[in-house]
Amino acid sequence: MPDFTKPALLTDTPLHYCPGCTHGMVHRLIAEAVEEVGMLDSCVGIAPVGCAVFAYNYFKCDFLQAAHGRAPAVATGVKRATPDNLVFVYQGDGDLASIGMAETVHSATRGENITVIFINNGIYGMTGGQMAPTTLAGQKTTTCVSGRDVKEQGNPIRICELLATLDGPAFIARTSMHDVKNIRDTKAAIVKGFRMQKEKKGFSLIEILSTCPTNFHLSPKASLDYIRDEAVKFYPLGIFKDVDGKGGLK
Amino acid sequence: MKKLWKGNEAVAESAIAAGCRCFFGYPITPQNEIPEYMSRRMKEVGGSFVQAESEVAAINMVYGAGGAGARAMTSSSSPGISLKQEGISYIAGARVPCVIVNMMRAGPGLGGIQPSQSDYFQATKGGGHGDYHMLVYAPSGVQEAADLTYKAFFKADEYRCPVMILGDGMLGQMCEAAQIPEFVDLEKLPKKEWAASGNNCGKQRIINSIYMSPDTLEAHNRELFDTYKQMEKDIEAELYKTDDAQTVIVAYGTVARIAKAAVDALREKGVKAGLIRPITLFPFPSGIIKKAAAEKHVRKFLTVELSMGQMVEDVRLAVDGLKPVEFFGRCGGNIMYPEDIVQRITGGKE
Repeated sequence: MPDFTKPALLTDTPLHYCPGCTHGMVHRLIAEAVEEVGMLDSCVGIAPVGCAVFAYNYFKCDFLQAAHGRAPAVATGVKRATPDNLVFVYQGDGDLASIGMAETVHSATRGENITVIFINNGIYGMTGGQMAPTTLAGQKTTTCVSGRDVKEQGNPIRICELLATLDGPAFIARTSMHDVKNIRDTKAAIVKGFRMQKEKKGFSLIEILSTCPTNFHLSPKASLDYIRDEAVKFYPLGIFKDVDGKGGLK
Repeated sequence: MKKLWKGNEAVAESAIAAGCRCFFGYPITPQNEIPEYMSRRMKEVGGSFVQAESEVAAINMVYGAGGAGARAMTSSSSPGISLKQEGISYIAGARVPCVIVNMMRAGPGLGGIQPSQSDYFQATKGGGHGDYHMLVYAPSGVQEAADLTYKAFFKADEYRCPVMILGDGMLGQMCEAAQIPEFVDLEKLPKKEWAASGNNCGKQRIINSIYMSPDTLEAHNRELFDTYKQMEKDIEAELYKTDDAQTVIVAYGTVARIAKAAVDALREKGVKAGLIRPITLFPFPSGIIKKAAAEKHVRKFLTVELSMGQMVEDVRLAVDGLKPVEFFGRCGGNIMYPEDIVQRITGGKE
């Protein structure tokens, strides 16, 4: 078994994320994946608006910070200007599935050769726990304190299923961070997305079910259990589009 | 060699000549010839054209491509430029060089598709949120549109700021003989060490506009405004028959050409009129106007615009009460004739 060491792409900056938040682990998986596909020297990240706005403090690669929802458009510009770079976008659910829906759908349908890492924790984290487009029915947030009533506030959106109807995307998968097996699957999905980008196969998106213990008002452990017991029921894990046709995450 | 060019197409070809290899657009009248031309031409020069899903996306693509070090451009017309304002604010804040073309049409709202100059405030005062400006060029003909578009890319890189070409539907749609500037050698352009171009050799480059500490943000904003101060060396204005003028017309863009005809007509009637035509709208040629205001022979100013009166405010600030500043404008897509200006100045008296 190899030694557990810090990935080459990560800096030593202490994470500003809340205890129990899964952002830090996903950052690590991205860093490992970039290294695994051999793109350490040719990699550009796009940071979102939200808790991960300072993602560039934790990675050593070049970064652009995008306006709320616009990260896939910014990534499109970067990729068109420098097609040989590995370009990845890091977005939350409010950013990607609400204000940035047009950019999400159209970068996907263009088959833009970028990889979107989509953190779905069902809530607006940085602004203090408001309802997100992905908030589950019945889930309590600061803008639906009695729980999301789908008759009043509408239904949550399943992004992977929606994007899988398009011909543009090359790889669409949903994974979770709630236990070790699923964390490993998440890593494998990110590696696969990056590899497909490197092979110029087109748009890839990995939706990662994540936690926000602070705004879930749950302990880190209870937050992970909540993802396992509740979120996965509405957001089934798996591969929704794979132009490689091999199936599986490898 | 001079050729017959439509304004919009001359702007597009001139951008290519200046090394623009990334164009992101969205259809809106009266600038459609720019994205249409780019969609064909970018293929020939090995560049990238994307018809974006919206003006919002297009300006953010410009932010990405410009941030990665490419010469990037977008174009639109008034309502579309409104949509781009968020992105322009980020671009200005993050100091990303790029060129934005606005072939103005009449507003507010959906307005009309006829020429207008009613986006002057938006173009020169910031437009989006926060403290920032763009360098704004206002060409008055097709040749000048080509020349200023070309220059805009160099100025954008020099100052690391967005540069706007502020034309109108008339300029975009008119055909005139023009010569496109010589193609730049992309290899010879200075390297952009600051650009997030990927191959960073261990030195991370960050393109962003977030500064959580008030002191850091204030310092950043002061640095932006130091840059705007430096831009004053680029102030341009055309002076036409102002040496002995008693009435000085101030007009920019296509309207300045109408005003020039009015100056000639007035001179024929023995009225000593002249014209100051600002070519840079930001920074504004306040010094040139102030100097004219101090001249004994100048009795008054008349600002002529296709708006309800926007640039006139900057003219008044420049004149600073030394002489009266009057205003004459048409709007809604209507255009004045030279005779209208003559009438406004003579009051109909021969």
